[in-house]
Amino acid sequence: MGMTISEKILAAHAGLDKVVPGEIINAKLDIVLANDVTGPVAINEFNKLGIEKVFDQEKVALVADHFTPNKDIASAEHSKILRDFAKNQKIKYFWDTGTVGIEHCLLPEQGVVLPGDLIIGADSHTCTYGALGAFATGVGSTDCAAGMATGEAWFRVPETLKFIFHGTDFQPWVSGKDLILYIIGQIGVDGARYKAMEFSGDGIRSLSMDNRLTICNMAIEAGAKTGIIEPDEITLQYVKSRAKREYKIYKSDHDACYENVYEFRSKDIPLQVAFPHLPENTKSVDEASGRKIDQVVIGSCTNGRLEDLEIAANILKGKKIHPEIRCLIFPGTQQIYLEALRKGWIEAMVEAGAAVSTPTCGPCLGGHMGILAKGERALSTTNRNFVGRMGHPESEVYLCNPAVAAASAIKGEIVHPREVVNNG
Amino acid sequence: MGKAWKFGDDIDTDVIIPARYLNNSDPKHLASHCMEDADPTFATNVKPGDIIIGGKNFGCGSSREHAPIAIKAAGVKVVIAESYARIFYRNSLNIGMPILECPEAVAGIESGDTVEVDLEKGLILNKSKGTSFQARPFPEFMQDLIRGGGLISYIKEKRNNA
Repeated sequence: MGMTISEKILAAHAGLDKVVPGEIINAKLDIVLANDVTGPVAINEFNKLGIEKVFDQEKVALVADHFTPNKDIASAEHSKILRDFAKNQKIKYFWDTGTVGIEHCLLPEQGVVLPGDLIIGADSHTCTYGALGAFATGVGSTDCAAGMATGEAWFRVPETLKFIFHGTDFQPWVSGKDLILYIIGQIGVDGARYKAMEFSGDGIRSLSMDNRLTICNMAIEAGAKTGIIEPDEITLQYVKSRAKREYKIYKSDHDACYENVYEFRSKDIPLQVAFPHLPENTKSVDEASGRKIDQVVIGSCTNGRLEDLEIAANILKGKKIHPEIRCLIFPGTQQIYLEALRKGWIEAMVEAGAAVSTPTCGPCLGGHMGILAKGERALSTTNRNFVGRMGHPESEVYLCNPAVAAASAIKGEIVHPREVVNNG
Repeated sequence: MGKAWKFGDDIDTDVIIPARYLNNSDPKHLASHCMEDADPTFATNVKPGDIIIGGKNFGCGSSREHAPIAIKAAGVKVVIAESYARIFYRNSLNIGMPILECPEAVAGIESGDTVEVDLEKGLILNKSKGTSFQARPFPEFMQDLIRGGGLISYIKEKRNNA
């Protein structure tokens, strides 16, 4: 019996020839990640261990992206713990205001995470890096502290669920976001609990890296330990100019064992909108059509990449955002921001009446930069629509892709992009 | 012995401790907002020794360790749920917050019931209804880890004894 890509990466990092689901292993880590919310808690635990130095200054990544630029004194004090630690420990991969991006957009872009890596991050969306063919999973601050100290972590080898998309004939405007929302709608928010989700088929292979990153990003919303895609030419094209160290390509064996295999026809997947208060409450955009909204958010670790901004800018260009809509746009990194600026997309967005922000996780988690009042409703390209996620406990968040978000910002209500774009 | 506070399925970490309070990681501060978006009266009325009952997938969402920290600092003795999201499960044990999986107990305990839990045996007694439930107890090393206050103290102690 062969192994899946996830099993191969875990086995290699545990120094084993083979692992099977359910097995508990101790494995070596390539990158340990924390941010300005989880990092200070991890640093506090790290300090209790009485160990002076992190295991490797080039394998710890600290990203001040959640409450930055710092929104208040408390968050500034919190971030300072991260800043001081990064400086004292001479952490190579530390980013702060001015260079920082949203962690899961930044680390792949900067070539810090690479195919074949084993990564833990004190952020649940760490599973994003599976799009590169890495095994990456979210942990809490204490596991992160232990990882920073020892360079190792224990894992239970997960069972793998395989999701195959047949065909490259996607409906117009359908993106990676729609595929992952559709899957979550099918299997539920605990449908992949403790498991690895492997995405494959010619439908997946036809997608850009930006779309693949979006898909793996939301594996956690089905409860998964990771989402993963076998590297191919598109992956190699993405990493070859970014990688500054060796990496390894792993692929699933033909006789690998899957707990379950789900197959979809790409052309059957309509544009998705997830209704409050769980990402599994998905409906087609036509079923959501006409719902009034107050705020539109485009960005985040899910949909803040260059292609996302391109889609939004092309829809907004030459049009005006509805006067009763606040449209907030968050590029994922400074490089993405700069590229969008050079291409004229930021100009098109600002002229349309959108507020464009420096990269931050801010509104996605109801942290800052776009909090909702009681009874308000947001349509957002982010990843969670839990109770109170973007502000008041009686506010609502609907999740969608950037095309639906941009088109709806113009109309003032949830619409299919074809309502706004003539040739859509 | 404590009072049961019962919540539903898919209780996410944003509900356990909303992100608007994460600019401060002091356990007392987190405890004062624990479960706020699900039950605003919880944080002020919860008593040391009380227990939380959850449905399936308790603790889903964000990796914030602040969630089990808030529950522990609020004085909750144990969480009993049908099932847990994996990061929350690992975080709880890592900080020494006992959690048990027992669907039968979840079905057999209502909010306000008086419940006694023997963590070593995994035995759950509903004193109000006179019923009992058996959860799988933690292996000994995990009980040591929980008693010792979590993973960091456990690692430290092991290093000191080595």
